[in-house]
Amino acid sequence: MILPLLKGLILTIKRFFNPNAVVTQQYPEERPKLPSRFRGLPELQIGKDGRERCIACGLCAKVCPSKCITVEGATDKITQRRYPKVYELDAFRCIFCGFCEEACPVRAVILRDTFELSTYQNKNIFDKKQLLDLTKKRKISF
Amino acid sequence: MNKDLLIYLTITCIKIFIVFGVIQFMIISMIWFERKIMAHMQVRLGPMRVGPHGLLQPIADGIKLLFKEDIIPEKANKFLFVLAPVMTLVPALITFAVIPFGDKIKIFGYSIDLVITDINVGFLYIFAVSSLGVYGVVMAGWASNNKYSLLGGIRSSAQMISYELTLGLSLIGVVMLTGSLSLVDIVNAQAKIWNIILQPIGFFIYVTSAFAEVNRTPFDLPEAESELVAGYHTEYSSMKFAMFFMAEYANMITVSAIAVTFFLGGWQGPFLPPVVWFMLKLSGCLFFFIWVRSTYPRLRYDQLMHFGWKFLLPLSLFNILITGLVMVIKG
Repeated sequence: MILPLLKGLILTIKRFFNPNAVVTQQYPEERPKLPSRFRGLPELQIGKDGRERCIACGLCAKVCPSKCITVEGATDKITQRRYPKVYELDAFRCIFCGFCEEACPVRAVILRDTFELSTYQNKNIFDKKQLLDLTKKRKISF
Repeated sequence: MNKDLLIYLTITCIKIFIVFGVIQFMIISMIWFERKIMAHMQVRLGPMRVGPHGLLQPIADGIKLLFKEDIIPEKANKFLFVLAPVMTLVPALITFAVIPFGDKIKIFGYSIDLVITDINVGFLYIFAVSSLGVYGVVMAGWASNNKYSLLGGIRSSAQMISYELTLGLSLIGVVMLTGSLSLVDIVNAQAKIWNIILQPIGFFIYVTSAFAEVNRTPFDLPEAESELVAGYHTEYSSMKFAMFFMAEYANMITVSAIAVTFFLGGWQGPFLPPVVWFMLKLSGCLFFFIWVRSTYPRLRYDQLMHFGWKFLLPLSLFNILITGLVMVIKG
């Protein structure tokens, strides 16, 4: 009867004297360690030429189950390259399924670790510039 | 007025003032320590936001409770409802009157006993006063006019009365060894060897019943949230609730102080000053209270009663028998 009780006491005192055992994250100061395949907000990627990689094919908008992506394509007069004139993502509707990333033929949309999407407005729409800025802050291009 | 009497009264008042202040401070700091220690034992951090490492948390809690609305239920018995929290807190605090927390010291030629008053029936005084605490709980349960409160109060009184028996009997062994009911004599008798070595069974029984007596975790049935909402203090809010809260901690400190006095040698100890030894032992006991709370789940009600009446009571009687036998054989 006594032995299991003592075992329990030993376990708790071990935890007490081991500061590394604490699992609590002090969230705003301490950033959470997200898994590498975490799906945050879909972000528009930047190509080698410093412009968006997106070619406005509209596949992401088509495949999106919650219909949160709006793409309007246009053709660049000089390079004859297709680019999205408007690319909007409604973060309220997005369910972070990652289908847009899978559908994209040029890997222009990638879901990374942006997850702090709360807002004081009653709409939460990211336009093309904002989505590109997220990538620019990371300083990655390919 | 007689000059000696005046000095005696002044010294006593100062002692009361200091002891009261220290206990109040300990209650406040215990709230922080309990939350922190328990959190770390449960692999959490505990309060971190209010002040560095949540140090100001008890103050924040206190201010919050002060600003809360003081609700008295319409159908409650108002007189008893107001009296109950006082009845729980006061006995817990006045038990300290007989607990010696240090040796004699000399200041300005006057020798001062570091105990508020050394009455020759200190042992009886402690039990007379601490049993009053049950009344507060029962009154709170009755006066609230709430079934959860009443059930909590009844449970609590049943539990406290059952375990008070073993609590008293566990200390009888010590009293038999010392041959005195005065707490100062009991401490002085432990100069060479602590009573915990002479009375290990008594100590075990005392600790177990003490946990039940102050309604701490393995025996915190009176406030079992899952069954009784909050037990006898369900209807209490604001400072009245705070007084119950303080009473719980004050009871814990008192019970630990008694354990230190009867079993752990009181203020006796080498190198360090007596008061420091007393505080160290007291803190150790309080740490044990928190340690146990963060480890064990709550007992079932029938288990509690079985354990109290069918195991602890015979064991404590057995302990007294053995103590008496050994004393007779040794002469």
